[in-house]
Amino acid sequence: MSAAPRYTTYHPRWYRRRVSVWWWLESSAYTGFVVRESTSVFVALFALVILWQLRALAQGPEAYARVLARLHTPPWLAFHAVALLFVLFHSVTWFNLAPKAMVLRLGGKKVPDRLIQGMNYAAWLALSAAVAFILVRR
Amino acid sequence: MAETVTLTVARYRPERESEPTEQSYEVPFRKDWVVLDALNYIKDRLDGSLSFRWSCRMGVCGSCGMSVNGQPKLTCASFLSDALPGPIRVEPLRFFPVVRDLVVDITDFMRKLKKVKPWVVREEEKPLSEGEYLQTPDQLDAYKQFSMCINCMLCYSACPIYGLEPSFIGPAAIALAQRYNMDSRDQGAAERLDILSEHDGIWQCTFVGECSKVCPKNVDPAGAIQRYKLAGTAHWFKTLLPLGTR
Repeated sequence: MSAAPRYTTYHPRWYRRRVSVWWWLESSAYTGFVVRESTSVFVALFALVILWQLRALAQGPEAYARVLARLHTPPWLAFHAVALLFVLFHSVTWFNLAPKAMVLRLGGKKVPDRLIQGMNYAAWLALSAAVAFILVRR
Repeated sequence: MAETVTLTVARYRPERESEPTEQSYEVPFRKDWVVLDALNYIKDRLDGSLSFRWSCRMGVCGSCGMSVNGQPKLTCASFLSDALPGPIRVEPLRFFPVVRDLVVDITDFMRKLKKVKPWVVREEEKPLSEGEYLQTPDQLDAYKQFSMCINCMLCYSACPIYGLEPSFIGPAAIALAQRYNMDSRDQGAAERLDILSEHDGIWQCTFVGECSKVCPKNVDPAGAIQRYKLAGTAHWFKTLLPLGTR
């Protein structure tokens, strides 16, 4: 034992490693997470475009036609192609995590995760089919 | 099959070094050996100055969590044979301050754990003469998974949010809060909600999901946090109603 012990309750020489700004490249799971989080920007933009369309719709047929013409230009078509991909990606990740957040118990037993996921996907399909039906009938 | 395997072990001796270095040791390879056995071999035969924590050797005490080849693991449950041909990198748990070699400081976790009141809270204790608080198997089943937590802190070490925002209350503490919230004998959910719904609570979590993947006891802290978010939001909506709670 040293005559002058160096250790105290709050030892000043603990080593703290700084987290690198590249931490998200350290594992594929972290990278996947950062891709999911950052692509949500496209989902937000997609929602804004829909609001923009709604506003034009409220302003009358000419305004709506102008917005539609704008949306048919190549940059907007490219944006929508990319945004559709990410919106689908986010829908799938969202439905897959649904059973984590929503735990139902029926008669004291836990409803299986697959069933909760399945119900979400079924609701998604049913709503999409209803929208498609309305669009086709017009 | 290889007769020896190399372990590259992180060393940090604060009286000598200002930052960690590494040291390689050659240990005999045995099929039934885990990384902790190899560390104990080093400690007993090669270098008595190596420091690390361990106790039960059977995945119950939660003391021997370390980073093995970059993954948070219980070293008592990580077989050498799964990490061949080596060298096997053994480092202290990430995101915790290193005290010495493989020993990290866990004060932060202990403080957070206590904050969520991980015990049965009763508004009023009933007298002993009235007997136990009874519970059906189904009521036990509702929280049993979360009660399996052994406080090994692998989930903290896997959570980049905890690394970037050390004030985050963290996966295990929230899972343990859920363990008591879902216990039919407990009445402390409202007290815990105040701690868990504040800035450093559940909303820091952005659902990376790695905490649940590394958990050696399948506690699923990520699931616990997402469920709590749903419950917290439902509670908040209820407070908006005219006849709401609170």
